[in-house]
Amino acid sequence: MCGIAGIIHRGATGDIGGEMTSMLLSLKHRGPDSTGFAIYGPARSGELVMRFKVAEQEDLASGFKIHHQIKERRAEVDRRIAEMGGEIVEREEPTEYAGRYWLRFDGDLRRFADFIEDIEGVEILSIGDGLELIKDLGDAGRVAEQYRLRGFNGTHAIGHTRMATESDVDIRSAHPYWAYPFRDISVVHNGQLTNYWRNRRELEHRGHRFMSNCDSELIAVYLADRREQGLELEDAMRASIEELDGVFTYLVATSDSLGMAKDVMAAKPMVLYESDEIIALASEEVAIRSIFPREIDTFDPYEGEVRVWKS
Amino acid sequence: MEELEREHKSHRMGMHTEQLAGRTQQVFFSPAEGENLLYPGAFDVDFNKRAEFDAGEMDSKAINLKIRELMSQGYGTIVVKNPLAKHSVGVGILNRLQLYFEGSLGYFGVGLIDGPNVRIKGRVGWSCAENMLAGTVVVEKNAGSCFGAAIRGGDLVCMGDVGSRTGIDQKGGTIIVGGRTGAFSGFMMQRGRMVILGDAGKNLGDSMYDGTIYVGGEIESLGVDAVPDEMTDLDIAWLERKLALYGLKAPNGTAKMRKIVAGKQLWNYDNLEPSEKKIVL
Repeated sequence: MCGIAGIIHRGATGDIGGEMTSMLLSLKHRGPDSTGFAIYGPARSGELVMRFKVAEQEDLASGFKIHHQIKERRAEVDRRIAEMGGEIVEREEPTEYAGRYWLRFDGDLRRFADFIEDIEGVEILSIGDGLELIKDLGDAGRVAEQYRLRGFNGTHAIGHTRMATESDVDIRSAHPYWAYPFRDISVVHNGQLTNYWRNRRELEHRGHRFMSNCDSELIAVYLADRREQGLELEDAMRASIEELDGVFTYLVATSDSLGMAKDVMAAKPMVLYESDEIIALASEEVAIRSIFPREIDTFDPYEGEVRVWKS
Repeated sequence: MEELEREHKSHRMGMHTEQLAGRTQQVFFSPAEGENLLYPGAFDVDFNKRAEFDAGEMDSKAINLKIRELMSQGYGTIVVKNPLAKHSVGVGILNRLQLYFEGSLGYFGVGLIDGPNVRIKGRVGWSCAENMLAGTVVVEKNAGSCFGAAIRGGDLVCMGDVGSRTGIDQKGGTIIVGGRTGAFSGFMMQRGRMVILGDAGKNLGDSMYDGTIYVGGEIESLGVDAVPDEMTDLDIAWLERKLALYGLKAPNGTAKMRKIVAGKQLWNYDNLEPSEKKIVL
């Protein structure tokens, strides 16, 4: 089933970490397997922020050896960043297997990501000026506590509560997905793509990489590909309505925008609240109500609808 | 005099049904037979006895139990404050009741009801009033998809816009939408009437078996076996009377509304065996 949510403050910032946590907790019943956040905080001049993992949470139960391997992998990540000409400015380790780095790097982001991810067990969750992608097993409360997301200030965020249907319960298959190798683009999705493999083969032939077998990742890679071909975000999203087959509603975020797209059958839910100050979207209105306890006007976007808002 | 008052009251409560053809298009229940309309064990409520409670901190089950408890105490008018879009609220009420929600409902709101008159001051999520049997439900703002799925009777009204698949599998009753409706509205409709005052999305009335759809705005496309039909004086009279009950008007007048019915050309309307069909086709 899965639940998705998005929020964007227009011309202002807010506690998007806390707001998204509340929204995703309200959607917990739609998917308790994993929870993910893509949060857009303030950019630091000349620095990139990178979120990554060096192991799956479940790996920690596989024996003592993994703890040593995690240390080795972290050291190798640092070594390869230096080899690529990058400089780590600041580092955090929210969990034993997750990392948050601020970097100085102005080279080819695709080569950089490929080189880092070549280390066994390492996956870059996001790289960007403001995007930080956090995902882990459990509900929003647990993930927000682990990664200290309440009080995280920023302009916009998208989030996802996952009910695993066609791929594993692990961080790799959790949402959101970063649109590798484009900085600051992330996607969450509720639905099912029926022409996944055809599209995946086409995208792989064009040099894109997939970290999972999850159809939601394909939307992120698809949008990255169309952006690479020069399409504006909204045009790429409109093309996706035609080219991706199945039932889906997805949200996409960039450094300054939040967009939503709904398939032509409108088979997956989305409720929208829009005001001059804020836009909030979710699979269920109860998520929007969790941050707006007062009476507000909401509505369902229609089939085939694409919308994009700027922060 | 008392008899007349009871009759007016029953009409106001929407305790009538619609006939799809004939001179008289609505049949009122006899108020004298009111007792027969009650389920065994239904609560004897007094509409003049009013109660209200704040549902802000309650879960769906607690809200439903509270409504039931108040009905058992004879309250015939119940106001629920701050429902906060919670799911499955106000469901399974098989009783006469004036029920007001001061706020929005989530999914499956007031489903499986038989008899109450409900007014929702906010919006409703997916599948509002699913399988409703009788009574009236008025939503003052917008509604999500599958509005009135499989309703069998009563009047279901949304003053604003609704999502897709409105009245999917509708088996009776009347659905009225003040604004626009999405794709596949009236999908597999079997009986009853649907009135859309605004625009209708694509594939309107797809695979409908029977029933009638009236549209005041533009129709993006008709579904399989849904065909236009001529508006008659009976249609216009029915529409005007029905819309007036809820203070609604067709933007361009009821006479200019379009009427959609089942073409009845699908395979399920012929008597041919599959093997015979191959020969014919």
